[in-house]
Order: sequence, then C-alpha cells, then structure tokens
Amino acid sequence: MRHYPLRSKAIPSDLTGADAPLGRRGFLALGAALTGGLALGGKPAIANPAQESPPADAPWSQSIGAGVVDRPYGRPADTEASVIRRNVPWLTASAESSVSFSPLQDLHGIITPNGLFFERHHAGRPDIDPAQHKLMIHGLVERPLLLTMKDILRFPSISRIHFIECPANGGMNWRAAQMNSLQFSHGMVSCAEWTGVRLSTLLEEVGVKKDAKWAMVEGADGAHMNRSLPLDKCLDDCLVVYAQNGEALRPEQGYPLRLVVPGWEGNVNIKWLRRIKLGDRPWHSREETSKYTDLMPDGTSRGFTWLIDAKSVITFPCPEKPLDGPGLYEIRGLAWTGNGKVSRVDVSVDGGVNWQAAQLHEPVLSKALTKFTLPWRWDGRPALVASRVIDESGYVQPTIAELRKQRGSNSVYHNNSIQTWQVKPDGSVFNVQLA
Amino acid sequence: MYSSRSSCLLIALVVLATGGAARAAEPGTFGYGSVATPAQIAGWDIDVRGEDGAGLPAGKGTVDRGSDVYAEQCAACHGTFGEGEGRFPKLVGGVGSLRDERPEPTVGSYWPFAPTLWDYINRAMPMPAPHTLSADDVYALTAYILSLNDLVPPDFVADRNSLPKVKMRNRDNFIWTDPRPDTMAKPCMSDCTNAADIRISSTAEGRNLTPRTSGPLDTMQPK
Repeated sequence: MRHYPLRSKAIPSDLTGADAPLGRRGFLALGAALTGGLALGGKPAIANPAQESPPADAPWSQSIGAGVVDRPYGRPADTEASVIRRNVPWLTASAESSVSFSPLQDLHGIITPNGLFFERHHAGRPDIDPAQHKLMIHGLVERPLLLTMKDILRFPSISRIHFIECPANGGMNWRAAQMNSLQFSHGMVSCAEWTGVRLSTLLEEVGVKKDAKWAMVEGADGAHMNRSLPLDKCLDDCLVVYAQNGEALRPEQGYPLRLVVPGWEGNVNIKWLRRIKLGDRPWHSREETSKYTDLMPDGTSRGFTWLIDAKSVITFPCPEKPLDGPGLYEIRGLAWTGNGKVSRVDVSVDGGVNWQAAQLHEPVLSKALTKFTLPWRWDGRPALVASRVIDESGYVQPTIAELRKQRGSNSVYHNNSIQTWQVKPDGSVFNVQLA
Repeated sequence: MYSSRSSCLLIALVVLATGGAARAAEPGTFGYGSVATPAQIAGWDIDVRGEDGAGLPAGKGTVDRGSDVYAEQCAACHGTFGEGEGRFPKLVGGVGSLRDERPEPTVGSYWPFAPTLWDYINRAMPMPAPHTLSADDVYALTAYILSLNDLVPPDFVADRNSLPKVKMRNRDNFIWTDPRPDTMAKPCMSDCTNAADIRISSTAEGRNLTPRTSGPLDTMQPK
C-alpha cells in the first residue's frame, strides 16, 4: 500500500472548516481521511476565524515553495491521495489475477491519467526489460520476423485516442444493483492517447499469405495471455503501441509493447505483446471459451463477442459525489461506443419518463470516451438520474430490463445498460435498478 | 541494346508496380529487425488450437501420473478433487447447471475443447511457476482433470492424437457469431413510461458489498 506523507501545513484550513463551499460532503470525507494520517503526523491546523483567508494571506502565500526538480517526475498534490485505483478484495482469489478500477468520480475530461488507468492482470504485472523484449510475427506469413523495441520505434508512427473497457465492467450489477459506487460499477473503462505503429504496417512487412484469416496474439506475462482476432480487424485499425498519453506505456498497461484493438473488449488488447501468429482458423484459447463467453438463459453461450456496445454513465452526481442542497448543478458524464462515434446522449432526471439531449463536448472521437453535460436545477425532491447514448450506427443504449430479457442475468460480460442513480432529498446518491 | 519502346514499357511497369506498393507494401520494405529462425520460432511457438489440437507436441501422460503431479502442483489452489479452494476456480462439477440460477461453468460442464485444457495448463499453470512442467506432465494433468470430470476412462492416455477426440459435454452449445445488436430500444423523449409505474427493483444501498472509495485501500472480505 502506498502512503503519501501528509504535512499539516499542506492541509488547506478551509477544507476542515465549517464554511466549505460546494462539494462540502466530498471535502468533509477527504478531511476525515486526512485526519487519520494527521493523528500520526501532528495536530491539524485549526482555522482561527481572525486569520481566515481572505482577508488574510493564505499560509502558502507567506513562504517560498519547493524548487524545480524537487519532484523530478512529479506526482499529484498530497491532498489528492484518495484518488487512486481501487480493487474489490472479495471479488478474486488473488491480486495477481484480478482487476482494479479507475476513480471516474474524480476524473475530468476524456483522458485517463496514466497512474489511474484500470488494471486487469492474469498473472500479475511483469517488469520487462525493453532491451530484451522482442515481438515475433510468424505463421502464415512470407517472411517471419523478430523485432526489437528499437526496430518497432523506427516504423511510421501513429497516435490515436481510444478507450479500453473490460467487458466485465458492470458485471457485478447484472443480477441486481450491488456496487454503490461509480468507481466499482463503471471503473473498468479508461481512455488514453496511444502511440505506436499500425498492425497493418507490420503485417505488410511480413507479407500475409493468402490462407491467413486469423491472428493469435500473445503476451509475455506469466500467463502468456492469448486471443484470436480476425485478420480483417487486424488490418483495419489495430495498433501495436509503445506509448500512452505521451510517455512510455506504464508496466500495468503492457510496457514496453501492447496491442490496442479499438472498440473491442479489453481482453483482446493484449499487454506485454510478444507474439503474433497468423493462421487459417481461430484458436479457441481458454480466454475465449471458458472465459469471455456469454452464457444465455437457455444454456447456450455466445463466443467471439468482441464489440463494446454503446454505453454511458453520469459521473456527477454519483454515490461518491452527492449533491449539496437544492440549486443549479451541471450533470456530467461519459459516453463511448465500439461502433464509432457517439451521436447523442439523453439525460433523464425522472427515471426515464422524459429525456433531454445533453451537450456533447469536443473532441467527439471514434472509439473514445466522449464527455457530455447538462445543466440541472435540483429542487431538492427525490430524483432518478440516468443517461442514454445513441451511437452513429443508430444503436440505443438499452435498459437493464431489456438486456435481461435477451440474455438473462448470468452472462457476466457486456452489461452496457443505462445506469440509474437515485438522488434522495438529503442529496445522497445510490445505485438502483428500475423495474 | 534496349529499344526506346521497350524502355517505355519498362517505365510503365515500374509505375504500375509502385502504384501497387502504395496500397500494400512488399514484405521487407522497411527491412527492420531480423528474420525469425526456425529455432527461435520453435521456442515460442506454444499455441495449441482447441478444435483440432493443431500444435500439440509429442509426449503422453496417464491419469495415474496426472494424479501425482496434480497433488504436488495444483491441489493447494484447486482442491484435492478439483473442487477449488477459496475463490480459486473449480475444475469439476456443475454438469447440467448452465440453465440454473447459479450456474457452475467448469472443465466438465462448460469447456468446449479438450486441447484448450492442455494449452492453458502449459501456457499459464501453475500460477506461481508457469512454464515449468514437461509436456508429458501437462498431458498427465490434462488426462487427470478430464478423468475427474468423467470425460475419459481411468486408463486414458492423453497425447496429441487422443485429446482432440475427447467429446466435451458443452461443445455444441457455443454460438461463434455475435448476434448483437439484440436489443432494439427506441430513443423516446417524453412521456416514455407512466411515472406511476416506475419502481426501484433493486438498490445497492445497505448491501455492504462496496469497498470504500476514499482513504487507504480497503481490505474488505466476504461477510
């Protein structure tokens, strides 16, 4: 576990005072969290009304701060220590084969900071020496190739912004509303600018044989995680990437090399990519038979369900970010689709009786998170707040009832249903499902 | 030696060839990296295809031998008879449960292809020390786990010929083409439902399943 050093002088006194502005509840929670650390580190600074700032100068205005390269890489402010990836300890047998969730409730815009991108490992996070890492491309190719990281960096580069979502995101809510949290109900989606080389460029370089129809992609981790992908998708828009938001990939996201399969379920976006083999048929690996298949009520299962259907969620308000009394708010949220671009997002505050189109914020990119907002004057009465996305294919995000009608509640994956937040008169927010 | 006419033809051919290259480059256009040698490929070429077992190596293993290897390498997590310890996966049971309220997908009840089991053990198991088992031991473990699931007789010998022939119970119950979109919601804007009919069917409030989302990481375990 990671502890940030907490210094009493770093705590803004107005955060612990009684006159906190909007978002007081969140600040109070933060204050409570900080108090735990302060008990060890010293007494909190008690705001003296006579010294309130303003009119007084704030303490940090009365001294000189830390110099450049005090933190040569940099890190978030100490007071942001609660904004971290989190896991559900009871969910999996071990942390090495598990997931962590992005704190969507504290993020702004469409880009996920690299340290907060959700994780899914099957055999833990390997720490790879890039000087020794190689990518092999072979099978039904003219010229099997072994590439070092130096080789890969020489190919023509491309940068694209794409989301990656684990298809089990929301899986814990298939049966019923279980996770009272935005982070744990939707946090297995993140979005980054990826830089690398088009997979099609690499496949042209090795020469694809006529009979090749599928690719087997495999990681260098202890599980050698592997999946089958249709060759058409590989040639369409897949990327072999080495950078994430301007810097080298994080080890948790596949350093030094990963596959990005835009708009398709996270599991096929192989991390720590070491091998691509072309063949004439799919492999039916464990991760595409035993797992990542969708069990239907009649006992049949759907396999190769790669596409991430359109999905949206309101990120404010949410269980972690309640309302602070009646008044004007900006409802905020994120929408995404594996089918291209988001066309429209509608918001309802009455449980889906009436809907209003939200404003989409630029950039609206294909297979990327898209931000939406809608002003809302809350009258303090109970509300049921929800969003519904429509993508450029015309697909409309379904309700959980509509999904269950088709798929029952045992399919684990691909729950892209409308999320309803219940707002109570005291401003608290709960994850609910409607009949 | 060349007539001007054949030179023109030659240029035309070069132009045509270049036009083709703009769409799909010739292999080796960049020339980066090295051609992978057969020995290099053999070292990494571990994949086995589920349907027909293509890629299964030489070697073999019996159920009895598998029982010994299993006790040493697998039982701590997967249980003595594949019943699973804690939240580690069960390897047996669940036959006939796939339509139940709480289905149990296991090798016996769910997996469609036996060679996939060999591939996965060889690829990823045992979790703390992957890629340490011999091909024979992987065959033996595969035979043992199939036998625990009553999919093969006690005298079964697993090898590259026998594994693809094992009939898995759930083999024919997978649909490998995605039928989505399978919902046809319409984007109604007003008076879409009767407000009086709206009922909360489930709430996460009070369930006590959600780890905290502020302060240090939670260590919450099942209640």
